[in-house]
Amino acid sequence: MEEILDIYKTTKVENVKVWYKAAKVIDFPKNGGACIKYQEKQIAIFNFERKNKWYACQNICPHKMEMVLSRGMLGDQNGIPKVACPMHKKTFSLENGENLNGNLEPIATYPVKIEEGNVYIGFSE
Amino acid sequence: MKHVVVIGNGMVGYKFCEKFVASEKFNEYKLTVFGEEPRRAYDRVHLSEYYAGKTTEDLSLSTATWYHENNIDLHTSEMITEINREEKTVANHRGVKYSYDYLVLATGSSAFVPPIPGVEKEGVFVYRTIEDLEAIEAYAKKMKSEGKTQAAVLGGGLLGLEAANAVKELGLEAHVVEFAPKLMPRQLDQGGSDMLQAKIEELGLHVHVSKQTEFIQGDKTIEGLQYIDGSALKVDMLVISAGIRPRDEVAKECGLDTGLRGGVIVDNTMKTSDDTIYAIGEVALYNNMIYGLVAPGYDMADIVVSQITGYTDKTMVEHIDMSTQLKLIGTEVASFGDAFCEGEAIDTIVYENKRKGIYKRINVSEDGSKLLGGILVGDSSDYNALFQIYNTAMALPEDPEDLILGSRGSDNSLLGDVMDLPDDAQICSCESVSKGTICSDIQDGTCNDLGDVISCTKAGTGCGGCKPMVKDLVDATLKSLGKEVKDTICEHFEYNRQELFDIIKLKGYRKFDEALDHYGNGDGCEVCKPVVASIMASIYADTANEEEVIQDSNDRFLANIQRNGTYSVVPRIPGGEITPEKLIALGEVGKKYDLYTKITGGQRVDFFGARLDQLPKIWKDLIDHGFESGHAYGKSLRTVKSCVGSTWCRYGMDESVSFAIELEERYKGLRSPHKIKGGVSGCIRECAEARCKDFGVIAVEGGWNLYVCGNGGANPKHAELLAEQIDNETVIKYLDRFLMFYIRTAAPLERTAKWLDKLDGGIEYLKQVVVDDTLELADELEAEMTTLVYNFQCEWTQAIQDEEIMKRFNHFVNSDQPDDNLVFVPLRDQKMPKLWK
Repeated sequence: MEEILDIYKTTKVENVKVWYKAAKVIDFPKNGGACIKYQEKQIAIFNFERKNKWYACQNICPHKMEMVLSRGMLGDQNGIPKVACPMHKKTFSLENGENLNGNLEPIATYPVKIEEGNVYIGFSE
Repeated sequence: MKHVVVIGNGMVGYKFCEKFVASEKFNEYKLTVFGEEPRRAYDRVHLSEYYAGKTTEDLSLSTATWYHENNIDLHTSEMITEINREEKTVANHRGVKYSYDYLVLATGSSAFVPPIPGVEKEGVFVYRTIEDLEAIEAYAKKMKSEGKTQAAVLGGGLLGLEAANAVKELGLEAHVVEFAPKLMPRQLDQGGSDMLQAKIEELGLHVHVSKQTEFIQGDKTIEGLQYIDGSALKVDMLVISAGIRPRDEVAKECGLDTGLRGGVIVDNTMKTSDDTIYAIGEVALYNNMIYGLVAPGYDMADIVVSQITGYTDKTMVEHIDMSTQLKLIGTEVASFGDAFCEGEAIDTIVYENKRKGIYKRINVSEDGSKLLGGILVGDSSDYNALFQIYNTAMALPEDPEDLILGSRGSDNSLLGDVMDLPDDAQICSCESVSKGTICSDIQDGTCNDLGDVISCTKAGTGCGGCKPMVKDLVDATLKSLGKEVKDTICEHFEYNRQELFDIIKLKGYRKFDEALDHYGNGDGCEVCKPVVASIMASIYADTANEEEVIQDSNDRFLANIQRNGTYSVVPRIPGGEITPEKLIALGEVGKKYDLYTKITGGQRVDFFGARLDQLPKIWKDLIDHGFESGHAYGKSLRTVKSCVGSTWCRYGMDESVSFAIELEERYKGLRSPHKIKGGVSGCIRECAEARCKDFGVIAVEGGWNLYVCGNGGANPKHAELLAEQIDNETVIKYLDRFLMFYIRTAAPLERTAKWLDKLDGGIEYLKQVVVDDTLELADELEAEMTTLVYNFQCEWTQAIQDEEIMKRFNHFVNSDQPDDNLVFVPLRDQKMPKLWK
């Protein structure tokens, strides 16, 4: 089942080939997240309003392979923005995907841009 | 492998096994234990609690599997009748022989029955074993059915008073009959004894001192006590508790040296006159004395383990301390050191307060330098400190009377700083734990908090009297290591939950960010956000729909997230009562959405496997059929479980279902630090398992008994009695206060049992707050609860009527498709999630 993870690769802004128009800003709760579908992928997008930033990452938690991260709670650990998985409270950095409270594989993160009230996610393919 | 045989499975016999198991050489020995009683060793010290609702299992000192797990052969209901010292064998009552390398006699004692004519009559009992208690209980029932109520206890000592309390618990009029001119003649002087007598008479017991019984009246059955002075007492039951006699029969028979008045003579290694036989506990005669307290018995057990395993220089101390502190019939009594010091060159200082029922006496050496002993009745809160001063021969203050009057003019505690005690000061005398042991366990990192220390050293697990001092020591040691003992919520708030609760309430904050901006730092996290959400819900009666992003995931989606990210759905079925029509409706909903369906432990129905996007549809159907949220997902009231009660049950004493429904309807939706469960049973058979709940109500003669702070789960705990024989209205009043007090003061995710554990003063303190209202908080707590009750809203009804809220339940914001990642497999005509990886 690990192959599900293989389609998620961290993407840097400089490698973006496609800016996918995912949804409207108002579709996301303030300081919370929601999930979008892009081809075969499920991507969690977070509107971290308190930091005035948006983040995106894979929706699947590498711990138990469930599509749930978008339902997680936002927060910070010593200033690092993070999301806590709703299943077992595994926390991941939204900046580099690192598992902050364990040794799980990092999650893939994606760049986000906001234009004219729309939310775009950057993919390299 | 050497074979150690233990005769006797009482408290001391068990302690011997426990100490042996803990010794490093345990695996070189085989242990076999014989007990003549049908059950495993139990706590005889707290025997009277059996009538207060404790079960034999509660009283048991070990779990059922403990002996087996530790490779100990335990033979219950097996009496050893013969010791053959030549062959080194013992034989049981059926003649089966067992050989031994070492033999330990822990046969204990039996109740001493004085040779009064008539003790064989029906209605005369002794007070020693659970079987005795069962027989007394059965007889009391029979008496009451015949309209008889008078019962006497012969003996006004420690055990006699315990027995009298037990008799009173059974609903009889209890008379204590004592030969000496005062109660507890061995521990108390006349002043202390008078105070104790006044206090227990106030509680409805009758005391008759200086009464010698000539014979027991009645034909076959007891009808009264005839005293030598010509007077008599009409009673229909007599419980004899006039002292103990060591069980030394089998020792005597095999020729071991015994004392004139019984007891197996031992030296300071607890060895008898046979080199391979030891005696411990109440059968051992040491220094020509039988010690009827558990603490010396435990020490003896420890010595024998050391002796057998080769640490032969460990011996019993010369002078055994007989200091005791206990609670008798609700009255604190303590005596330590030489309590009487009669006729010696000493000064005695006495404080007597009849208004408050307090008597204190200390005996001080003539030069005023040493504390020699003392007596405390009515208030023994200074016992620990006084005992330490006496035991470690600490210098006394200039005015020794400050020790019992409290220092006037400064607020120093009696002892000054606990850290000033010498390292060998014994803090827990039941388990022989010194100050040095406690402090070094913390210093070397073995233990990090009070809980660690208690489980490592067992300090405080006996009578519990030393717990406050253990806590002080732990706190002081941690502080000396620079470890802050404050339990803050997380890195974002430097406050504990109670402080944050008070801040939010005082400032009237309604948003997480308001609290964070003013009293926290950073952006919050998955720990502090739900805490703040719960606090606001408890203050403002908010539902979980109020600021969704700070709610725990389950609260945000108003359902329990399960294995594959699907949810379970539990509608409320108050008290577990449901009409066939509604049950059919539930079945229809389960079928319509193809949900795995199961009956829960809380007497309701749980549907599993609902996709996020299905939740609003399922709930719309449920609400149309008259259901509402069951809050199974929240840190809030879950269910109030009930038995069928007097409406149908032939044993029921009251309508448990009606009351359970009333309580569940009252507290439904109540947000709290952790989940809360309740139970209502219609009689003491307790079919609703109410005592395993955070609050449990049990119908008894004359009202309800209210128990609080129990739980099942990983660390099961029975709820403790908060109030007895109260009516429905009072139950609700006390519950309102109790629940609000818990909600205000508990730590995050702290169940009531753990909260009570940590509450200074424990259940007694809780009674003061809830029942006696000593904090004068009752009105406020009740008013707060009333606000919450009147503002209840079903959050699912709220959700399906609000389009904004409904948006939450789409799996994708850019597609109407459901999650295509979910895979189910069949299971017994239903379905389950495909296993992880």
